[in-house]
Amino acid sequence: MAKTPEEEHPIKAVGWAARDSSGVLSPFKFSRRATGEKDVRFRVLYCGICHSDLHMVKNEWGTSIYPLVPGHEIVGEVTEVGSRVKKVKVGDKVGVGCVVGACHSCENCNNDLEVYCPKMILSYGACYYDGTVTYGGYSDTMVADERYILRFPENMPLDAAAPLLCAGITVYSPLKYYGLAEPGKHIGVVGLGGLGHVGVKFAKAFGAKVTVISTSSSKKDEALEHLGADSFLLSSNQEQLEASLGTFDGILDTVSAMHSILPLIGLLKSHGKLVMLGAPEKPLELPVFPLLMGRKMVAGSATGGMKEIQEMIDFAAKHNITADIEVIPIDYVNKAMERLAKGDVRYRFVIDIGNSLASSN
Amino acid sequence: MAKSPEEEHPQKAFGWAARDSSGVLSPFHFSRRENGEEDVTIKILYCGVCHSDLHIVKNDWGFTRFPVVPGHEIVGVVTKTGKNVKKFKVGDRVGVGVLVGSCKKCDSCQQDLENYCPQVIFTYNSLYHDGTITYGGYSDAVVVEERYVLRFPDNLPPDAGAPLLCAGITVYSPMKYYGMTEPGKHLGVAGLGGLGHVAVKFGKAFGLRVTVISTSPKKEDEAINRLGADAFLVSSDPAKMKVAMGTMDYIIDTVSAVHALAPLLGLLKLNGKLVTLGLPDKPLELPIFPLVLGRKLVGGSDVGGMKETQEMLDFCAEHGITADIELIRMENVNMAMERLAKSDVRYRFVIDVANSLSQ
Repeated sequence: MAKTPEEEHPIKAVGWAARDSSGVLSPFKFSRRATGEKDVRFRVLYCGICHSDLHMVKNEWGTSIYPLVPGHEIVGEVTEVGSRVKKVKVGDKVGVGCVVGACHSCENCNNDLEVYCPKMILSYGACYYDGTVTYGGYSDTMVADERYILRFPENMPLDAAAPLLCAGITVYSPLKYYGLAEPGKHIGVVGLGGLGHVGVKFAKAFGAKVTVISTSSSKKDEALEHLGADSFLLSSNQEQLEASLGTFDGILDTVSAMHSILPLIGLLKSHGKLVMLGAPEKPLELPVFPLLMGRKMVAGSATGGMKEIQEMIDFAAKHNITADIEVIPIDYVNKAMERLAKGDVRYRFVIDIGNSLASSN
Repeated sequence: MAKSPEEEHPQKAFGWAARDSSGVLSPFHFSRRENGEEDVTIKILYCGVCHSDLHIVKNDWGFTRFPVVPGHEIVGVVTKTGKNVKKFKVGDRVGVGVLVGSCKKCDSCQQDLENYCPQVIFTYNSLYHDGTITYGGYSDAVVVEERYVLRFPDNLPPDAGAPLLCAGITVYSPMKYYGMTEPGKHLGVAGLGGLGHVAVKFGKAFGLRVTVISTSPKKEDEAINRLGADAFLVSSDPAKMKVAMGTMDYIIDTVSAVHALAPLLGLLKLNGKLVTLGLPDKPLELPIFPLVLGRKLVGGSDVGGMKETQEMLDFCAEHGITADIELIRMENVNMAMERLAKSDVRYRFVIDVANSLSQ
């Protein structure tokens, strides 16, 4: 007979979980595995709310397993390490992102691309090696294999750094992979949310000229004054669009709603690259003539491998890049999800797990 | 008052043109410009029939100016050279491909990518610097600026080599640009026509494993036994497509009709690259999830610059790569167009201009 979430593993844990596709989260008692030889256990201090968490609690991708404890931007302090752990020690500040396991023997794993391993295990809602479901960071403790633990430098504010574990790597990886992380490039960032605002910061740190492309003129001041973008393009304004045609080396498209990429392809210079980071659920129209006539490309990217995530954190620490966040107590999480659905956040909610979870249970 | 095609320029010329979007070609008297200081006059020996010629004569893309003399896979012999011409002399065998002019000043031109110059001038149906329309290779002679003329290697047959000037470079350029040349990697070629059959040959020359992806099972024998492909995948067979998912590093998609990209993206491995080269008249549907989850890309490409086209011709001479052609007489060009529309050719028609074009 299947064990309950509370009985499955030896270490008690508490968190908040969604029970069904209404997506409403509520207190949830479960358990974590014992600390294995290569495991690191940490008490969770903060967890970022990623838009993917919202998609998953509502089962919008059809893959959710309930009860679902979301959260893959998890940071905290090490409380226990397995006997063979070398990377960190008790008291260190660490994090876990989107992935907690992979096969470790395929080509992707051997190239530090665990996220693309066919047997990759997500931090929540996935099946772990022992057959149990993984539970994410909206919880009091976390345990993960050393390979999937990221180290945070002491001087980084942990709450504002948490979103780097998904949003940060999701923009950093393609900027490097597609050759856009070079001084003097003109990069466009479409959509100014969790991914977009961090995209602006990283692109600026790489020395690029950055233009925020948005349908909301209300974001202009924020983009220019606060985030340091070089310019702002209102994509619903035909004149502004036409004046900018053929001027971008690369565009990061963070919008997950259905939208037209035809104007974005027009904005690219010859040999320019449109990188899709949001994943609309239906196909988009691809105009072929402009793609061919300008030798342009449309590509995608999803987070990054463990080595690159650590590299990204170290880069962010060096350049003082963190997310702009709104810290909330855990019992605000359902309201936060509603506001997130309307894009009403600047620019990531981060749950103050350390100070609010215990009292909520 | 606008001059007639015959009066526009000082040198008389003769070819075949389409007069309207019926696309029917017929004899046409026109004229070529005086051979300028940078120009070379070429007596045309052969001209390939590219699928783009068919699209243009029927005005499929909506920008044809009639009368149009198509043809941008031209091989011929130099008969005259302007005084500043250094690369060629009378008697040289040369080729002219898809472009005959550009601005020469922009970033693309400076990087030997004249084909991407915003002011590129195509070999036919384009406005030349002097405001007149360019006429292509279904004709007796052409005058071209030296920069846009290619040396045609002696050991390449001029008839079977003619299609390299468009089909060849159209496939060669993206294979190099998108890095589809690592020996041992797996290339899929979708569509087995003019572009596709040349892609198979280049793929093998680069040391790749090549699978032809086609809707027609009857092309399998040709693909494997004659063109040297390693495997053949019938894309309309769901079971076979499923087995092949995630097995290809690269795909060259030469299909010009509107078609589904999703199954092709599914065939790619992680970091796989799909280059689409056909020009359908409507947008294609692009599913985004596979791009994001597999870090895949869909790119376009359009012929190549002059330097790269020369490099491609020399590569073909070295590796003995030519197109598989059916040589036809000029007066059979309309029938060839009809057969081309039905993909009934293995794999390019080439017009024997010098031996069949008569007034």
